[in-house]
Order: sequence, then structure tokens, then C-alpha cells
Amino acid sequence: MVEMNMAKAINLALLEAMTKDPKVVVMGEDVGPDEGVFRITEGLYAKFGGDRVIDTPLAESGIIGTAIGMAIYGMKPVCEIQFSGFDYYNYHQLESHAARFRNRTRGRLTVPMVMRAPYGGGIRALEHHSESREAIYAHTPGLKVVIPSGPRNARALLHSAIQDPDPVIYYEPKACYRLFREDVPETMETLPIGKAQVVKQGKDITLISYGASMRATLEAAESLEEDDGVKPEIIDLLSICPLDTETIVESVKKTGRAVVIHEGPRTCGLAAEVIARINEKVLMYLEAPVVRVTGYDVPIPYFSKEQAFLPDSDKVLNAARATLSF
Amino acid sequence: MPRTPIELPKIEYLSILNEHGELDKALEPKIDPKGLIEMYRYMLLARRTDERMLLMQRQGRCGTFPQSSGHEAISMGSIFNINKDDWHVPAYRELAGLLYRGWPLEHILLYWNGFEEGASPPEGVNDLPVCVPIATQLLHAAGIGMAMNIEERAEGGKKKEKKVVMTYFGDGASSEGDCHEALNFAAVFNAPVVFMCLNNQYAISVPLSKQMRNETIAQRAVAYGIPGIKVDGNDVLAVYQAAKEAVDRARRGEGPTLIECLTYRVTPHTTADDPKRYRNEEETKEWVLRDSLPRFAKYLQQKGVMNEKQLAALEEEIDTQIKAAVANAEQMFKSEELLNPLAMFDHLFEDIPPYLQEQKDELRDHFKTKGKDWSNPQKKSAKAPASSRK
Repeated sequence: MVEMNMAKAINLALLEAMTKDPKVVVMGEDVGPDEGVFRITEGLYAKFGGDRVIDTPLAESGIIGTAIGMAIYGMKPVCEIQFSGFDYYNYHQLESHAARFRNRTRGRLTVPMVMRAPYGGGIRALEHHSESREAIYAHTPGLKVVIPSGPRNARALLHSAIQDPDPVIYYEPKACYRLFREDVPETMETLPIGKAQVVKQGKDITLISYGASMRATLEAAESLEEDDGVKPEIIDLLSICPLDTETIVESVKKTGRAVVIHEGPRTCGLAAEVIARINEKVLMYLEAPVVRVTGYDVPIPYFSKEQAFLPDSDKVLNAARATLSF
Repeated sequence: MPRTPIELPKIEYLSILNEHGELDKALEPKIDPKGLIEMYRYMLLARRTDERMLLMQRQGRCGTFPQSSGHEAISMGSIFNINKDDWHVPAYRELAGLLYRGWPLEHILLYWNGFEEGASPPEGVNDLPVCVPIATQLLHAAGIGMAMNIEERAEGGKKKEKKVVMTYFGDGASSEGDCHEALNFAAVFNAPVVFMCLNNQYAISVPLSKQMRNETIAQRAVAYGIPGIKVDGNDVLAVYQAAKEAVDRARRGEGPTLIECLTYRVTPHTTADDPKRYRNEEETKEWVLRDSLPRFAKYLQQKGVMNEKQLAALEEEIDTQIKAAVANAEQMFKSEELLNPLAMFDHLFEDIPPYLQEQKDELRDHFKTKGKDWSNPQKKSAKAPASSRK
């Protein structure tokens, strides 16, 4: 085991994947000698050179569009979009092409590629640098969407994303890049895409979250245990598309209560989908309505007010208590 | 300090066989008679297929489709310069090129009749399918070219002859950001891509004058630091020559070229469009007289490559080929294997994830309540479609 933060773990996964598979290329803005604005591609340009760590012109559609061509040709592009707030420029390439080539050619042409992008608030960034729009991609048929929450699962999920035969969106909770360190095994590991993790077993209430919001969720769970004597079960979704319905419903069957937490806006957010699936599968097990703790349906405020927008442990705790006392 | 003019390359216009069938002997490309006949064959096959599809569409036997009539010289003159292991990245008026590359006629008919199966490229050619969104395909072409360069260097140095990518877009597409990004990426990465612009002067109803203020699309090449040329898009010899020079440059490692081919969309945009709403029919009539096919046929006759009898025989042969393909395609339209609605779930990912399997089962059960079990479709009775390439 080696202790490292999430930024280092993602960097390690890229290094390992590029070493293992010569078809893997990293491309994006400033990923070369600058090593990425968050230094995620540190050391890669020096080791692999400009043909495998490609500094592209400043054009997100260009990055994803050319990556699609490269993937069809037989490469495995791992694209970095500098901030998720700029990935709307390339959305049409993902929706209209990356997500569709396999389907519309009945499997003749495939697009194995990864789009990485830092998402979410909490780092006092510029405007347009703090959005959380993962639901857009989960809503796009043909894409898989994974979101790690810590160093170990970040590295494993990135390997899975790179090895996947289809396009995968890999959203990185940038607030967690250097927030904490964790033991990461010496040997490479993967995590199955589409599988959630029960990170804490419990019996009284299910707390469901992913990405950066896992921190608030874990903190709230600690208070619930220590102050309220409640045993919460915690699910880290890891993959928001496909969504692991089974793990969610099995837990809710046991607890009868759930809170879903994410920082993306509420309307048509992931929580809505999670709740719909709970209703479809285990409505009669519920002891209380499932509650959402999410970002509000407003653009994430500029950083003087961003903390008020984000889910925090108090919001999660209040929601959990209300659910428990319903 | 005085102001100093910056010298920029000049853009040429190339015409070899003009609308009256007059030939510029000095510029005439050297294409052997067999090649000339082949070019004519696929231009004619595309034209007759397009006409047949229009009839079928009017009879309710084909979906909405963009006609390609009038664009055959651009597609054929360029595609004739590349080999099967080169790449073809079409927009949607390159019917001649697709047929020349060996796409079965049935695939064309299936595609425009709403079957994704028709968009599946035949084995043995490096083709992408028709691209309906505008200009997006140009980035795929640039990416393929970039990958070729990377692969070549990884394999240890410069190949004597590089593979190339031939891609297509319209005058309307030239306004899209993706068009700019593709030309710029290809230029920056020196990708072996030939960008063929079908300037047919209309983007549905919007004329060229409202699309851009510049005199030519070709001159944008100067801005990207790559060669550009404008050619008579109804002159297959001029298109061939410009594309040949571009392909030769790309094979030598000299990067991309932009070729603007001037033509006119003599048909509606698609079968759902009514051009009377936005343009004068007199204008269209003038351009019909500049059609590429009669002038090419006249050239072939004057050169002694084909005589009238041979031209007529080719017409008949093509008519038979289309009739057979239409009959087979119409069998395929009715085949349960191709009509099976449950197939919509089968090709999104390599493996079908549980949530999609659940939705597939839901639809299967829905049909079962109506007395139809789609889990056991009848095997199809149609023949496997053959390559259209003779």
C-alpha cells in the first residue's frame, strides 16, 4: 500500500495505463509540458513524449471530435477537458457520435475513449469553473458515467474506464483532488462500472451519494452514529450510469428510509432517478418519503456564496433526522 | 516604421472540361480508359439510384433523404484517388463514392428507409457512414489522420506513402465551429486529410451570400496555412486533378488540403424541401445545363473511350443492377430480423447492462400482450446484399 491523494492516484492510473497499452494517448489543453492545470498529467509528457501526451489547440469539440476519429482508427484516447464547465462545447460530439457509432453501425465501428473533466464546487474558482452537470451525461444514451470519491476508487475506476470498449465520462471531484490521502495498493486494480459500493453497513437509514458529496455524507453519518445512536448504511454510487439499482434497493429494503445527496441541481438530477427506482422496486418497504439533499436549481453561486449552495454535513444530518422521525 | 504588406498565397480556380464540353488539353489528367469508364459508371449509378429513390419516396417506399444528383463529379473525382485502405469520411451527398467503395445498394436503401443496418460499413473498406449532423464528421477525419501520423512515428519513422483521409462537407457546414476546428487541428498536426467542400450555394434555403462574406471558401486555407484551391465541381476532371495533387501531397507527408468544389444544388435539399419558397427556378435551369454527366459522356465519346452504344448498354446494365437491389432491399424491409424492435437495445454497448436488459424485457412483454413474440423473429428471406463495386 502507498498513501496518496486523488490527484496523484489519477496520475498514477494514467501512467500505468499508458505503460501497459501503447494505444492509450492523453490529449487536451495544457496536458503536455504544463502537466495540466491541476497537474494530473504530471511526468507523462516527459516520459511518453508529444505523440502520446498531446497538447491540442484550445477547442473542446476539436478534442472530443478528433478523439472519436482516433478511437475508430484503433487508439484509446483519454481526453482531458480542463473544466467540466467547458464540456458543453463538445457535448454534441459525445451525444451525436461517440455515444452512437456502435449502435448506428450495428457494432462495426466503436469508440473506446474516455473524457476526463474536473467538476464541482468548493475551491473558490472562477465563474464557470464549479458546475456539476453529470446528469446530462447520464441522460445521454450510449455513455457510461463514473465519478470517484477517493484516491483508491479514482485509480481503479479510471483503469476500468480506459479498458471499457465504449465511451466513458470520468468526472473528477476537483474539491477532493488534494483533500485527503488514502492507501492505494501497489498492484493495479479495477472496479466494475455499474456497481456501487456499500462503504458502511447499517440498518436504520440509507445514505446514497457519490463524488465530492461523499465527504458531507460520511461526516453526517458519523454524527448520526455518535450523537443519535443511529446505524446508517452508506452507498457510494461510483457509477451514475449504469446505476446500480440492485445495491440501492437491497439496502432500502433493509432500512426503509433513504436520503440521496449530490451537488448537481435538483430538477432531473441523479437523486430523482434513484428515487424513481426505489419507488418502482421497493415502495412498500419505505417507512418515510425519500429525501433529496442537492444543489439548488440555480447556477452555482460565485465563491462568496458557493458553500451555501453545496450539500454539507448539516444539511444531510437534518434531512436524515427528518426522515428518521417521519 | 512603414506599414509593410504581408504576402499571402493566391487562390487558384481550376476548370479542365467546361460546361460546353470544351477541354483544356494542357491540363487534361492522364486517366486510363478503364479508369474513365469506372468513374462514369459510378457517377451514373449514383444518379440513377438517386432518381429511383426519389420515385420510391414519392410512392411512400423510401424515407426522407437528401438527393445527391448534381454532386457526383465531386464525390467521384476525389474518391477515385484513394485506395480501400485509405479512409472515406462522407457527409451525405457522396452516393457515388459510397457505391464506388463497395457499399451495397441495399445498404443505401436500408439506411434511408430507417434501418441503422444500412449505416454499417461493408467489411474491407475504411469508411465511416453518412453523417447527418453538419461538419461534425470533419473532426473524425482529422482525428483519423492524426492517429495515422502517431502510428507511423510509433512504428519507427516515415512511410514512403502515407494513407490518406478523404472527407466532405457543404458550404453551410463551412460556417460551423467544427469545420474550423477540424481544419485547424489537421493543419497543426499535419494530418493527411483532404477536405472536399461541396459548395452547392445553398444551405437548405440560405444562399452563399448569407453564409459568408468572403469570395471563396478555398481562401480560408490560407488562414490555416494549408494549400487551398477552388474547382469547377461539375467538372470531374478538374475535381480529380485537384484531389490528386492533394492526395499526393498528403501521401508525401505534407499535410491537409482544402478543395472547394463549386456546384449548385439542382434538387431540393431533401425530399421534404420546397425550393420554390426561396429561389428562382430560372437559376436552377441554368445550372442543370452545367451538369457533370452529359459533359463527361461527351468527353468519353470524343476520346473514343465509349461510344453511344456502350453508353446505352451501361445505362441498361445499371438499370438492371438497381432493379435487383431494390427488389432485394424491399424483401429486407419486410424481414423480421431487421424489423425486430428489440434490436434497439442490442448495440448501444458491447454488453447489454442490466437496466437496458430490463427495458428490453419490458418491450418484449408489451409486444407479447399484443400476441407478438419478438424473441423469436423469423429468419430473413432476402439475399445477403452484395458489393455494388463491379
